[in-house]
Amino acid sequence: MDAMLHRETTRGGMSDDARQASDTAAAAGIPLLQLDALVKCFGRFTAVDRLVLDIKAGEFFALLGPSGCGKTTLLRMLAGFETPDAGRILLDGQDIAGVPPHQRPVNMMFQNYALFPHLSVQDNIAFGLKRAGLPRAEIEARVADMVALLKLEDMETRKPDQLSGGQRQRVALARALARRPRLLLLDEPLAALDKKLRENTQAELMRLQRQLGMTFIVVTHDQEEAMMMADRIGVMNAGHLVQVATPRQLYETPNSRWVAEFVGGVNIIDGRVESRDAGRVTIATPDAGRVTAAAPLQALTTDQVCVAIRPEKVRLSAHGSAPDGGDAAEINRLTGVVVGISYLGGQTRYQVRLDSGALLRASVANTARLDLDAFDTTQRVVAWFDPGDCVVLDR
Amino acid sequence: MSGRHLFTAPARKAAIAPFLWMLLFFLLPFGFVLKISLSQTVIAQPPYLPVFDPAQGMAALKAAFAALSLENFRLLASDHLYVMSYLRSVAVALISTAILLAVGYPVAYGMSRLPARWQPIAMILVIVPFWTSFLIRVYAWINILQHDGILNKTLLALHVVSAPIVWLSTDTAMYIGIVYSYLPFMILPLYATLAKIDPALLEASADLGGSRLTTFWLVTFPLSLPGVGAGALLCFIPIVGEFVIPDLLAGSNSPMIGQTVWLEFFTNRDWPVASALAVVLLVLLLAPLLVYERMQRRQLEGRR
Repeated sequence: MDAMLHRETTRGGMSDDARQASDTAAAAGIPLLQLDALVKCFGRFTAVDRLVLDIKAGEFFALLGPSGCGKTTLLRMLAGFETPDAGRILLDGQDIAGVPPHQRPVNMMFQNYALFPHLSVQDNIAFGLKRAGLPRAEIEARVADMVALLKLEDMETRKPDQLSGGQRQRVALARALARRPRLLLLDEPLAALDKKLRENTQAELMRLQRQLGMTFIVVTHDQEEAMMMADRIGVMNAGHLVQVATPRQLYETPNSRWVAEFVGGVNIIDGRVESRDAGRVTIATPDAGRVTAAAPLQALTTDQVCVAIRPEKVRLSAHGSAPDGGDAAEINRLTGVVVGISYLGGQTRYQVRLDSGALLRASVANTARLDLDAFDTTQRVVAWFDPGDCVVLDR
Repeated sequence: MSGRHLFTAPARKAAIAPFLWMLLFFLLPFGFVLKISLSQTVIAQPPYLPVFDPAQGMAALKAAFAALSLENFRLLASDHLYVMSYLRSVAVALISTAILLAVGYPVAYGMSRLPARWQPIAMILVIVPFWTSFLIRVYAWINILQHDGILNKTLLALHVVSAPIVWLSTDTAMYIGIVYSYLPFMILPLYATLAKIDPALLEASADLGGSRLTTFWLVTFPLSLPGVGAGALLCFIPIVGEFVIPDLLAGSNSPMIGQTVWLEFFTNRDWPVASALAVVLLVLLLAPLLVYERMQRRQLEGRR
């Protein structure tokens, strides 16, 4: 049944014209969704500013950003609840910017689910199918499919307020998926769930998306959630997409100081480029002396730069020695005193007060059960990190 | 233990207050009315018999109890004048409530769709007529509706009619008066439920292919039904017993029950029959209240 559902989902629910258009579009390598210089203002406030983005069919895309960055406005424009002030929204190559929400082949899962409180679970799921004018037998079959897919058996006749939070979330998902949209929009889909349930649901969403071959766009402020689920992440700030990348690229090669600080923990050391040669730059910093780093991928605009090092890439040792090797001479070594320890189970986070007075964060994986490698507060340590782990960015 | 007492005792006292109020100002007077409805009319002071007088001893009280009868209720059932009066009251109340719903719903809906900062102003505009005495407002309608009143003058000036229309002392005038007077009682509960509806539900409906009209009928309207029920009850019940408006604006050929009670009480000085009329009215009005109460309870239970 799953295979059947999959096949029907990618093809069903569209007119022949639309299907043909999408086939040609796919054949020509045109992305499913193209946002072309999209602008949305509220009064003087520009919520979305000349935003450009392509999303491929079958992709799990996450829009990540702090609150007020415009990600929800963008999602609402895709659903049709907001009309862009300028720019185009191309779905399968056709501009849908002016199409009202009820005529778009796009469905949304709302943040607080927005289930109809006066309708039972099955009537909630069937709502969109009835509006599409499907024959009764077809509606019943699709509702049954959705109930099975989202494990909602025995709840069909219940009202939303007789369901738990997790069940409501699944009904909302079933209702949005039932119409087999070209694009499913999810607005903070997991925000209302507790932590344990959230982790299970993340896996569940990924399974569904793969099984149905559908394109998902999820809006979230939770970077872990975005990184766990998405194929690609678009980081938004102040109405702009500041970086679009895979989770790994985003974390390991942030393109700006803002992204480096927004995604994951990071040590930022300000400095000035002193010299560059053979894929290496040397940066003079007030906090950490001379730091050697791998040459940045993008050109720097000035000499005033910063070095970003992720805490888990900073290693600590009690003795002055660091491992020998070809690059041993290049390794950055700093000395300091441990001032803070947070034991988190899988890892331990240390705060090291460098001799310069600056704080450096290091996290150490707890690979052995007995704490042979643990450090104590006030212990003097050497913190060292590889030039290849340093990312040099504009300040 | 002592801590528990400290907190529950005032709470318990507060819970008694409404019951005390009901007992003092409703049940006790209703007991008097019920007793009078079971008495016979006489030309005396008070104008009914028997009179309970504990001072005359146990035997006299027993005799007084024995003298009570259902005679007045039998009279009500047998005389079609009273039956017609009840029927007319219920019919007028039903028609008025229907008109009030038809007029009040769009107003309340419009209010709930106003920008948030305009909504309190709209609310005040609905309530503002209460600042003038109800009686004066009904008298004002006499002024508007009379032969050479504003309405006829306007219609004549606009050449809508060639001769003045008789408005006063008609059912039309009465319905105008009732709808005008009770409109706030319809609008406010409707507005309260409509304003509470989560806008995300309307967006969800649109997202799932619902046009604005389908969204209204399948989402907004069903969710506003508690307000419809509350508003309808709030209007229907007092309109059934309405006296002033039909007395001032309607014709005199078929009185509503309130007018009949007044007639029996003041003109005929027949307190027992007037009391019996009032008791029957109360029992009649209990029916819709009980239905509404059951609906509310079912809704509450469904929510759990």
